[in-house]
Amino acid sequence: MAKYVVSPAKDIPPGGRKLVEVRGRPIVIFNLDGEYFGMLNRCPHQGGSLCNGQLVGLVQSTEPGEYHFSRQDEIVRCPWHGWEFDIRTGHSMCEPDRIQATRYNVGIEAGAAVTEGPYVAETFGVTVEESYVVIEI
Amino acid sequence: MNIQVADRSTSASKGKVKQAIADCDIHPSPKSLEIEIYPYLSKRWRSYLESYGFIYRQGFPNGPAFPKGQPDAARRDAYPPNGGRPGSDLEFMREQHLDPNNVQLGILNPLKSGQGLQNSDFAEAYCRAVNEWQIAEWTSKESRLKASLMVPFEDAKASVAEIDHWAGNPHFVQVLLLSRTIEPLGQRRYWPIYEAACRANLPVAVHAFGYGGTPVTGGGWPSFYIEEMVGHAENTQSLLTSMVIEGVFERFPTLKVILVEAGFAWLPALKWRLDKLWHRMRDEIPHVTRPPSELIQEHVWLTTQPMEEPEPREHLLDTIEWIGWDKLLFATDYPHWDFDDPARALPLKLSKERRENFFLGNALDLYGLR
Repeated sequence: MAKYVVSPAKDIPPGGRKLVEVRGRPIVIFNLDGEYFGMLNRCPHQGGSLCNGQLVGLVQSTEPGEYHFSRQDEIVRCPWHGWEFDIRTGHSMCEPDRIQATRYNVGIEAGAAVTEGPYVAETFGVTVEESYVVIEI
Repeated sequence: MNIQVADRSTSASKGKVKQAIADCDIHPSPKSLEIEIYPYLSKRWRSYLESYGFIYRQGFPNGPAFPKGQPDAARRDAYPPNGGRPGSDLEFMREQHLDPNNVQLGILNPLKSGQGLQNSDFAEAYCRAVNEWQIAEWTSKESRLKASLMVPFEDAKASVAEIDHWAGNPHFVQVLLLSRTIEPLGQRRYWPIYEAACRANLPVAVHAFGYGGTPVTGGGWPSFYIEEMVGHAENTQSLLTSMVIEGVFERFPTLKVILVEAGFAWLPALKWRLDKLWHRMRDEIPHVTRPPSELIQEHVWLTTQPMEEPEPREHLLDTIEWIGWDKLLFATDYPHWDFDDPARALPLKLSKERRENFFLGNALDLYGLR
């Protein structure tokens, strides 16, 4: 496992997302209220770009006519066929045990730590004052 | 490597040499009616459109009775970067679909095309405008694309005139009808269209959707969009049954019918049921002289999208076997939200020949373009 610096943290504000490429893999980074999550930018169904998906909440029902809405903007809906994935876990909402989007561990590191290594930051300069999104692959 | 990449998806396996495909269901849209359609409408019809709009045969005046679940029924990544509706920008269609998916033949099926409008004269004028537009904006600029001949199908006489007008024009490869019509499509009011299509040597494609004035399912108006989606299969079975039972294929032995975007896995069961009843009730319909399954085998093709996705997926092999490997035409439905990606839609091991025919050869043969 290596850690890659993929973006200044300020580029992905809460509710935002950014598509990056790490070792040839397109990965979308989501920021949910200050927590960062990474997901392979390919829907496990037919490969739609999850980065282009709509952020939605979770609608559940205990019986017809009873609806419960929660977790606003924590679910991404594939822009093609509407499959939904939990951004926190990658699990699909229809069949969470069987169908999952590939997820990656993402963290935030201070510029001071990043400049010392063992991080890989190839395409932009890193400064001590800023913090950075780091992905582990 | 930390590089930002473009945020509109093209295809998962970009760069690899891929199986060339025919996409038998692409939906183009005009950038705007004023810029792209008005040049082909007379002043009289421009003025009519601006005053009265599009009036369809349905009780809900604005838009489809069942809104599409996704805006414009489209993939959310299919909006052209320069603006406009999905499917309205040829350059972006090339970049997002035709090039990365190696589309060798793409059949255009415009949906807002004048078909099914209540004002017959306007329907006729609008179909003509859309036919002109397809050539001007699409097929004359991109040789991989072929057009569908729009006809105001509730008016057979006007439809025949439209087919005769374009007969022999190489830009058009099929006559297009919609599946929801005032009466089931086998009935005699539509026969002149089939006769003219045969005369012009064009297959007749029937795309799911439209405004016939009847509920979208055989059991009435459902509550949910998902029921309309499932209902397309039901509705298409009814129109196919009507064509078989009314004797359309007996009357027009060279007619070729393509059922578009209604699924296909239902066909074997329908053939079995029709054959069983035909043996028992042949004397009600003595004009049907051969088993319905034979007539369907000889006259009917189906596009694949939205492909059924059974688990295990191998069940599709049996289903296709029962339909015939030569009867399915690959389609993506680009740019609509239920798009089938050719790289992912049929994840089964097939022989090279079978795969090539499924994705390309069957369509080239049917349209006479091999």
